[in-house]
Amino acid sequence: MSHPSQVQLTADGRLKHFLTTEDLSRELLTEILDTADSFISTQERSVKKVPLLRGKTVVNLFFENSTRTRSTFELAAKRLSADILNLDIARSATSKGETLMDTLWNLEAMYSDMFVVRHADSGAAHFIAEQVTPNVAIINAGDGRHAHPTQAMLDMLTIRRHKQQIEGQIVAIVGDILHSRVARSQIHALKTLGAAEVRVIGPATLLPRDIDSLGAKAFYRMEDGLKDCDVVIMLRLQKERMQNALLPSESEFFKLYGLTEQKLALAKPDAIVMHPGPINRGVEIESAVADGSQSVILNQVSYGIAVRMAVMAMAMSGQQGGEDNL
Amino acid sequence: MSSIVIRQARVIDPANQLDGIHDVRIVDGKIDALAPALDGDQIIDASGLWLTPGLIDLGAHLAEPGFAHKGNIASEAAAASRGGFTHICALPDSKPVADSAAVVQLIQEKSQQANAAEVLPLGALTQGLAGEQIANLFSLREAGCVAMSNARRPIKDSYVLRRLMEYAATYDIPLFLNANDAALAAGGCMHEGPVSTQLGLGGIPETAETAALAQIILLAEQVPVKLHISQISCGRSVAMLRNARSRGHAISADVPLANLLYTDEAVRGYNSQFHVQPPLRSEADRQALLQAVAEGELAISSNHRPHEIAAKKAPFAEAEPGLSMFDYFLPLALSLVDEQLSINALIHSLTCLPAEVVGKTAQLAPGADANLLLINPQATLTAQRSSLLSRGGNISCRGQQLTGIAHSVMRAGQWIHQAG
Repeated sequence: MSHPSQVQLTADGRLKHFLTTEDLSRELLTEILDTADSFISTQERSVKKVPLLRGKTVVNLFFENSTRTRSTFELAAKRLSADILNLDIARSATSKGETLMDTLWNLEAMYSDMFVVRHADSGAAHFIAEQVTPNVAIINAGDGRHAHPTQAMLDMLTIRRHKQQIEGQIVAIVGDILHSRVARSQIHALKTLGAAEVRVIGPATLLPRDIDSLGAKAFYRMEDGLKDCDVVIMLRLQKERMQNALLPSESEFFKLYGLTEQKLALAKPDAIVMHPGPINRGVEIESAVADGSQSVILNQVSYGIAVRMAVMAMAMSGQQGGEDNL
Repeated sequence: MSSIVIRQARVIDPANQLDGIHDVRIVDGKIDALAPALDGDQIIDASGLWLTPGLIDLGAHLAEPGFAHKGNIASEAAAASRGGFTHICALPDSKPVADSAAVVQLIQEKSQQANAAEVLPLGALTQGLAGEQIANLFSLREAGCVAMSNARRPIKDSYVLRRLMEYAATYDIPLFLNANDAALAAGGCMHEGPVSTQLGLGGIPETAETAALAQIILLAEQVPVKLHISQISCGRSVAMLRNARSRGHAISADVPLANLLYTDEAVRGYNSQFHVQPPLRSEADRQALLQAVAEGELAISSNHRPHEIAAKKAPFAEAEPGLSMFDYFLPLALSLVDEQLSINALIHSLTCLPAEVVGKTAQLAPGADANLLLINPQATLTAQRSSLLSRGGNISCRGQQLTGIAHSVMRAGQWIHQAG
């Protein structure tokens, strides 16, 4: 297998698949943000569709349930005028060996142009990208703990639109970093786009031991990690973390890592608060903060459509013969 | 009675500290003489070749019985011969598992029919390898098992492990144990470190091995069992074994060749070929393991595990663990010689040490069984799936040019492999 950076780019450096934010250039990440910016204006019109993917078939290939993410990809594809097919596939039946390959070959035989892949295994989107024919684009909609690049890019767009630039910002990511594909993608994108510092905050049970190898700085106390931050990104906490000795209880987690107005006051006065949703109020964040003036959580949802449109359009143009159709 | 003379090979025999040009005569399946010049009925000109004892492997998954789509004893034993082995220990995780004399006898019969590397069965340590109820260890040894192993499957708890050791010690039955704390390793599919963090793959911490090893060593200090630790992967384990030996406990151990060749960096790109157990560890671990081999403290095992192509065609964590090692074992092992090992240390780790563990002899002295490996150190080949003798296509070195091949291999006076 090849390194993701080799798989997801065309020979001339354009986006062929979107698997990870790792190793993508600043120019390319910026191009995604700029393209997404242009789509935001189209979304504000009464007629929201653009014809960029007219005649193309996009398959939402979800091996792991996620109504929210699937819906945003579906909406993005529809607004690009693509035909979209939603497939929720029981992971146990298809993840292994030939069964997964059979699924892919069948979908290819239907002349699909793009697979949006969600899978519980890290590297699954990469694996599929290496197996499919060269004219199919793969968009990673979350693979295991590895990457969720479109979520990370919508977060970058949110930061850029609210803080004017990403360069120089101090960003804190709070919560379950260990299991978070979003955090890994955010860290790569933030470092490439010039953030001054990326901090991760959580108990040792939820921070990977080698998180510094990604270029992030680990903090175990909110009081230390939030100091002078420009951006606070709260992560969603899965309830099962309480059941396997990683955390004692939701209440203790909230006490130590829940974002309250009091804790937020440690960050810069104009710091923005983000969350990928859906929010566990009273677990990761208190309602006063989630609904407060510094929260940009709903804006993230709107930007999510634009970012996914941008990535889909760019990846399709990077496929063989793609440009002829755009 | 005809004789064979292998003439003018560089004879490397670590058991007798021998490294020089000699003639070797074989009569009736045994080594008859070593001398500067010998005559015989059949002369083999081996100038430019190296002659060593046949290699002995301490652990391979042969896929038979039960996994015919992955391989069988004939195919895997033939691949082992090509890799330089005259004897290979078969791990008991077949289907059915090797926990009865009937399965052991089947393995032996298949081995005899294969006329390749001889299979030395390892009996199941617990019934069904379930880690709970002791298997019929005495009967399994009588059936021909050279030692007992639970094949990396967990033992239920330390109480059961202690009783297994005590029962085996009663009858002086050797145990092969894997140091692997299943709870600490749970959810992991590669070494826990910066690479697993970056790839988002579940990590297996070093402590999954070292905590289990500490437990084994402490229990073994109470029970005088003949103990071998299979497939260690961490530098810290080497230090722990050294410490135990310094206190008088004769515990042997082996390291899989893959853990000497590769590190967790090989996993980047989610290359499922490198999904192996034990996992590939850090460069510091690799260096410590190489050092231990160089100092004669560790045997090298194949950990050969053939798979059909589909078993590896899956996302990394879902791909079945294991590498098919036998076909290219010798050139891959020889590639370490330039790095850190002397050829003598390498051959020692593949002959003397494993021979001691399984109660065999591996030497080129008069009277010894003629188990021989003739190496052509200059010959090159390109590793490719289409030329494998193993049924497993899951090799680590596909497309690579390798140097050094098994020119020919003899077991008990019979040629079991001759390079074409």
